[in-house]
Amino acid sequence: MPLERKDLLDLDDFSSGEIELLLETTAAMTEILSRPIRRVPTLRGKTIVNMFYEASTRTRSSFELAAKNLSADLVNVSASQSSVEKGESLIDTMRTLQALGADMVVMRHWEAGAPYLAASWLNASVINAGDGWHAHPSQALLDLYTVQERLGTIEGLKLVIVGDILHSRVARSNLWGFGKLGAQVVLCGPPTLLTPGLLGIAENLPGVSISYDLDDAIADADVVMMLRLQRERMASGLLPSLREYATRFGLTQKRMQRARPNALIMHPGPMNQGVEISPELAYSEQAVIEEQVTNGVAVRMAIFYLLAGTSERIA
Amino acid sequence: MNENWLIQGARVLDPATDLDAIRDVHIEEGRIARIEESIAPDGLSVVDASSLVLTPGFVDLHCHLREPGFEYKETIATGTRAAVRGGFTTVCSMANTDPVVDSPATVAFIQDRAKDAGAARVYPLAAVTQGFGGTQLVEMAALSDAGVVAFSDDGLPIADARVMRHALEYSLLVGKPIVNHCEDPSLAHDGVMNEGLTSLRLGLRGMPAEAEETMVARDALLARRTGGHVHIAHVSTQGSVQIIRAAKQQGIRITAEVTPHHLTLTDAIVAASLPAEDGSSLAYDTQAKVKPPLRTEADVEALTEGLNDGTIDAIATDHAPHSTTDKLCEFSDAESGISCLETAFSQAYQLVQDGRITLQTLISKLTVEPSRVFDLPTGTLAPGAPADVVLLDLTDSWIVDPLAFASKGKNTPIAGTTLPARVALTFVAGRPVQVADGYEQRGATQT
Repeated sequence: MPLERKDLLDLDDFSSGEIELLLETTAAMTEILSRPIRRVPTLRGKTIVNMFYEASTRTRSSFELAAKNLSADLVNVSASQSSVEKGESLIDTMRTLQALGADMVVMRHWEAGAPYLAASWLNASVINAGDGWHAHPSQALLDLYTVQERLGTIEGLKLVIVGDILHSRVARSNLWGFGKLGAQVVLCGPPTLLTPGLLGIAENLPGVSISYDLDDAIADADVVMMLRLQRERMASGLLPSLREYATRFGLTQKRMQRARPNALIMHPGPMNQGVEISPELAYSEQAVIEEQVTNGVAVRMAIFYLLAGTSERIA
Repeated sequence: MNENWLIQGARVLDPATDLDAIRDVHIEEGRIARIEESIAPDGLSVVDASSLVLTPGFVDLHCHLREPGFEYKETIATGTRAAVRGGFTTVCSMANTDPVVDSPATVAFIQDRAKDAGAARVYPLAAVTQGFGGTQLVEMAALSDAGVVAFSDDGLPIADARVMRHALEYSLLVGKPIVNHCEDPSLAHDGVMNEGLTSLRLGLRGMPAEAEETMVARDALLARRTGGHVHIAHVSTQGSVQIIRAAKQQGIRITAEVTPHHLTLTDAIVAASLPAEDGSSLAYDTQAKVKPPLRTEADVEALTEGLNDGTIDAIATDHAPHSTTDKLCEFSDAESGISCLETAFSQAYQLVQDGRITLQTLISKLTVEPSRVFDLPTGTLAPGAPADVVLLDLTDSWIVDPLAFASKGKNTPIAGTTLPARVALTFVAGRPVQVADGYEQRGATQT
C-alpha cells in the first residue's frame, strides 16, 4: 500500500494509520539492513537530491545511506557550494533540481516553512529534513519506531521531552507523532524556553501537559527525551547560565530513578554531555541514542519507498 | 469636461451632515451645489442612481504609493487608479519613499505627479525625523507650508521616547499630528507574525501584542505631557484599543485608525490560508504577512467595538503594494504588506453584513472622521464641498481577482474569495473617474 501523498512536510496532518504504515514499512527495511548485502534495487533509476541549506552530519548521512540502500541515484547539494551563494532564489533552485530530473528532494532549511514553499513549486516529492524551529518529521518517526521496538507500543506511554522546547523542531514533530499514537506527552523546561502558549498547539491532543519541574515531570515516565541546549540561549537573555540550567534540567542518575525502571533515554543529538545529560547516562543500558541513529536509516528508506509509490516489492 | 451633474434617486448617506434619505444631488463646477428631494434636470447630465447608495468619496489616511523610488511596486498613477476603483477619492501617502519625504522638494514632486497622473486627491505625509534616522526632526514648518498633512516615520517606529516627546512638542508649531507605527523593536524582536498558537505551531518567530501596546501607552502619555496630537497607525490589538479608549476619556489628543484586514482576518490564515481552487491550502502564505501582524478573534472583536464606541476614528487601508518577487520566497524573507485599496470597502462591509457595525458607522469611518483627524477639506457633502462622491451597490458581490487590480501590487491573502457590495461609480471634483463594469448604463462615462 503506498502513501497517498506527494510530500512529507510534518506529521501534524498525518492520520495515526499513516504513521503506523510508516512504522510497519520501517520494520521491513530493518530486515534489509540486517542482510549481509544491504542493498535492494527498489528505487533504481530514481534521482534523489539532498538539499541542505544548514549544516548536518547525521541527518544528511542517514538520508544518503537510505537512498543508496534502495539503489537510487543521490546528489548532495549544500547551500555553500551552490548557486544559493550567488543569490539564486529558493524557487529557482528547486525548479533547476526538477529540470535536472530529481524525483525527490530532501530539504533542510533554517527557515520554518521553506519546504512548504518548495513543495508547492515542485512535482517532485519534498521531504522535510528539518525547517527552522518548525518540524523534523523523519526524526519523530525514528523516535517513534525506536520506542515501539523497545517497549512494544506507543499508546498509553508517558513521554517527557526536556529542554529548549520553544526552538525545537524535534519537540514539535514528536508532539504530533506521539500524541496521535496515544502517548501522554509532558513538555518540560525553563519558562523562557517553554511558553505556556505551547499547550495550545496540542489542543487536539488531550494528553499533552507542561511542567517547569523535571523531578515532578519525570515521575513514572516511560521515555525521557533530552533536547540539545544551544549555548546562544544565554547570550540572548533567555537563560542565566549553563550551570543553573544543568542543575534544574540536566538528566542525572538520581533523577532517572524516578522514572519507570526500564524507561528509555533518548537524544536527537548532538549531545552536550554534562549539561542536559550526564555522560554515565548517555552510555547507559537505558540510553537508545545510537539505536535512534541506526533506525534513522530504515525510517528514511521507508519514507522514500512509500513516497515513491512504487509497485516494486521491497524483497 | 463636464463637471455638472444631476445624480438622481440615490440613498444619500452623509454622516458629516447627518443625512440618510433618498435624494437628488446637483454637482456644479466640481462642487456639491445642492441636495434636495427632487431636482429638475434642466439640461444637466443625469446619472440614474436608483438602488445605489451615494456617500462622500472615501478618505484614506494611510497608503503607500511608492513613488518616488519604488515604481516597480506602485506609482502615483496606478495607486490612485486603484484608490478610485475602491471608492477612495482622497489618499494620504506615506513618507517611506526613496528619497524619504523629508524636504519640500519631494513633497512638490509628489504633488506634481498627483496633479498630472493622479485619479484621486493625494495628500503627502512627511517623515518625523530626517532620512527616517530616528534622531533629528524634519523641518516641520517648511513641510507644513508645502502641504503635508501629518508626520510619520512609517514602518520605523519612533523607538526613542525622547525623540517622540520632542516631535509631539514641536508639532504644536504647525498643529499637525504625529503618526506612529507602534511596535517596540526589542519586544518585537524580528518577529514575522503574531505571537500565539499559530506562530508556535509553525515555528515562526512571533511578535507579542505587547510590542504594540507598550508603545501605544507610551505615546498616549507623551501626548498628555506635551499636548501634541498623536495618531496611532493601524491599531491591531485589544490592549491597544483599551489604552486608547482610556486616553481619550482623559482628554488626551489621541486618534487611531484600523485596517480592513485587521478587522476581518486572524493569524490562523498564516497556517492555512483560504482554500485554493484545487482545494489545497497553503501554509506559510506570505500574502498574509503584514505589519502589524494579523492577530486573534478577540482582537478582531475589540477592534470592532473600538469602531462602535468611537475609540477608533478611521478605517485606513495601509495599502502596501509589493511586486510578485517580494512575496515569492521564504516567509521570513518576504516583504510585509497587503494591497487593499480595491478590496477595503467590501472587506469592511462584511462587518455591516454580519450586523457588527452599522452602514452609517462604516461610512463615517471612511469619510468625515478620517477627514477630521488630518483636518482635510473632503469627506462631506455639505454645499460647496468638493464633489468627491461614490455610488455603492450594496446588493452586488464580486470575486477578488488580483490580476484585475489597477494596483501594481497583486499581493492579497483573499484572492479568490467572494466579497459583498461594490463600488459602482466614483467622482472626483465632479469628474466620473471610475465606472465599474456593468454600470455603464447609469449615465456617466469614465473620464
